[in-house]
Amino acid sequence: MSTGASGLYFTFKPENAAFKAKVEELSGENIDLCFQCGACSSSCPLTGEMDLLPSTVIRYAQLGLAEVLESKTPWICITCFNCEIRCPRGIDIANVMEAIREMVLRTKYDKFTLDELTPEELRELPQIAIISNQRKLTA
Amino acid sequence: MGKNESEMVTIHVMGKKHEVPADLTIMKAMEYAGHQFRRGAGCRGGYCGACAAMYRVKGSYKLQGALACQKIVEDGMYIAQIPFSPAEKITYDLSELRPDANTFLEYYPEISRCLSCNTCTKACPQDIQVMDYVQASLRGDVEEAAKLSFDCISCGLCAVRCPAEIVPYNVGQLARRLNSRYVMGPTEHVLKRVEEVEAGEFDADIDELKASDKKTLQDRYENREVKL
Amino acid sequence: MKLAYYPGCTMKTDAKNFDESTYSSAEALGIELIEPTRWNCCGTVHALAKDNVMNYLAPIRNLIRVEQMNEEELVDDKRVVTQCAMCYNTLKRANLAAKADPDKMGKIRDIMEKEPNYQGSVSVVHMLELIKGLGWDEFKSKVVKPLDGLKVSPYYGCLLLRPREYGIDDPDHPTVMEDLIEALGAEVVDNPYKAKCCGAYHAVHMKEVAADLSHRILRQAQEAGAELIVTACPLCQFNLGDRQDEIKKHQREFEGIPVVYYTQLMALAFGKEGTGFEQNVPDPVRVLEEKGLL
Repeated sequence: MSTGASGLYFTFKPENAAFKAKVEELSGENIDLCFQCGACSSSCPLTGEMDLLPSTVIRYAQLGLAEVLESKTPWICITCFNCEIRCPRGIDIANVMEAIREMVLRTKYDKFTLDELTPEELRELPQIAIISNQRKLTA
Repeated sequence: MGKNESEMVTIHVMGKKHEVPADLTIMKAMEYAGHQFRRGAGCRGGYCGACAAMYRVKGSYKLQGALACQKIVEDGMYIAQIPFSPAEKITYDLSELRPDANTFLEYYPEISRCLSCNTCTKACPQDIQVMDYVQASLRGDVEEAAKLSFDCISCGLCAVRCPAEIVPYNVGQLARRLNSRYVMGPTEHVLKRVEEVEAGEFDADIDELKASDKKTLQDRYENREVKL
Repeated sequence: MKLAYYPGCTMKTDAKNFDESTYSSAEALGIELIEPTRWNCCGTVHALAKDNVMNYLAPIRNLIRVEQMNEEELVDDKRVVTQCAMCYNTLKRANLAAKADPDKMGKIRDIMEKEPNYQGSVSVVHMLELIKGLGWDEFKSKVVKPLDGLKVSPYYGCLLLRPREYGIDDPDHPTVMEDLIEALGAEVVDNPYKAKCCGAYHAVHMKEVAADLSHRILRQAQEAGAELIVTACPLCQFNLGDRQDEIKKHQREFEGIPVVYYTQLMALAFGKEGTGFEQNVPDPVRVLEEKGLL
């Protein structure tokens, strides 16, 4: 963490407040409701590939820590909404993941461009796969 | 000043103000103002797509696309020429392709990013339903895409405006090529005529023409049957 | 009954068997499906960012087409039926979100200036909802060839059931597919992974991840004794079926299992043409022949 020498102390600065507000605005979710029960993480099918658990990502967002933008987790998220149906406080965690993805993508940065696909892959994949992939990974 | 003084209008070309006759096309108005076209001029007849231009009219936020050789100027027009839109020339061997959606996806995968926003259609100076033919290609409907894109002259205005970075005119080109080769099939009447020529059916007529003098040829030309 | 039907891009190509079997099984149920003459890709998946307007244009445009169909009296009511689960979710969510936000709707109308304004009258339904609404007795009466002895596992995927607000059934305990399988005369083999994600669009750039998720689903079904799995989404079908070769690269002991669209089984049981089994990978014909169903 970049916020303090020992890491045990954390001061909520204006830039943290701004980051948190942006996440809330884009996701439309009240992330303060999260009490870190972990139900979302236990229902998520892809935690094995992630660096941060979904509930940890929410914690980063609550603290307004912009480092979460560098996490692999929002890109591993497949928007399956298992977390949404499980959250006891009614938070749609998938919306928060999308907010973080958008904050990265809107800096003129595509996560995955179609240039990286081979002609064989383009011949094999149904349109629905490529369309939805590009929706989530490009701006 | 001549007998017929035309009304003058104010236009801006690349930011510079000019007074030009109101009945001129953008292209003629730019030349009237002193521009020399080295790029961005071709047939001057609305057919080659070289003279793509974008403009706004004073008081309106709307960004419009037009062919400079066809569009008449308006008072308060702000004009920029778009002499070239960057697009890779993708090569393919038509004989190896199949007329289906994945062919389009292989060469132009970006069509999957189409937002159906219709910005391309709004930019098109030929009134083509550009979004519809891109969507038809995404569905693999080669015939529909070819039909809708028929009037395309590849001016590039759609490609310049597309937020999904698609080059629609290239997609339409592929659709028309696939359509004529695989859907419409070979043009029987042309092939038949070629056979007839090769079989020597017209040899005698051609020899006769070759042997005629200039006056005979001229008479025959002027009195030929013209089918409209 | 004449209803507006929105197919979606993939139904016309890689999922043509889904489209054809949808038409033929709907016909047996007395439903005439009519596509809008002009439709576009729905732009799956729904854009979750609250300020997004652009991604609404594609689905709302399609809903305008349905309103136009109603004005021209081409269809009986203001519903549009979809079959592709992803199109269903995208159209439904865009519809409800745009109707609930007049500001966003205003922006959408502004950008789509050349279209008639969307009046918000259309409701999006999935074919399974429609079937459930007909009643299972009515449904069973159309079965001419019960799928006796066929052990079928349902697979819902994600977007038919989730988020909870938009699902067609209870996401924890869905029953509509099981009821359908039973009504067709087949035996339901439950699968605890029937509503777990197949990997969806990770199939494009993270193939192994999608293959892993799909493998878990297939193996659970196999271990429970399923002979066949049914899906309701072209992407699920792709991951669970077409990508079985990819799965085998990572899981040596995996033996293939056929995956078909639920409408293909419906068409078979209703005695209709257009089952489209030739397009399915892996091939389901052998299993169906062994059961004497083909």
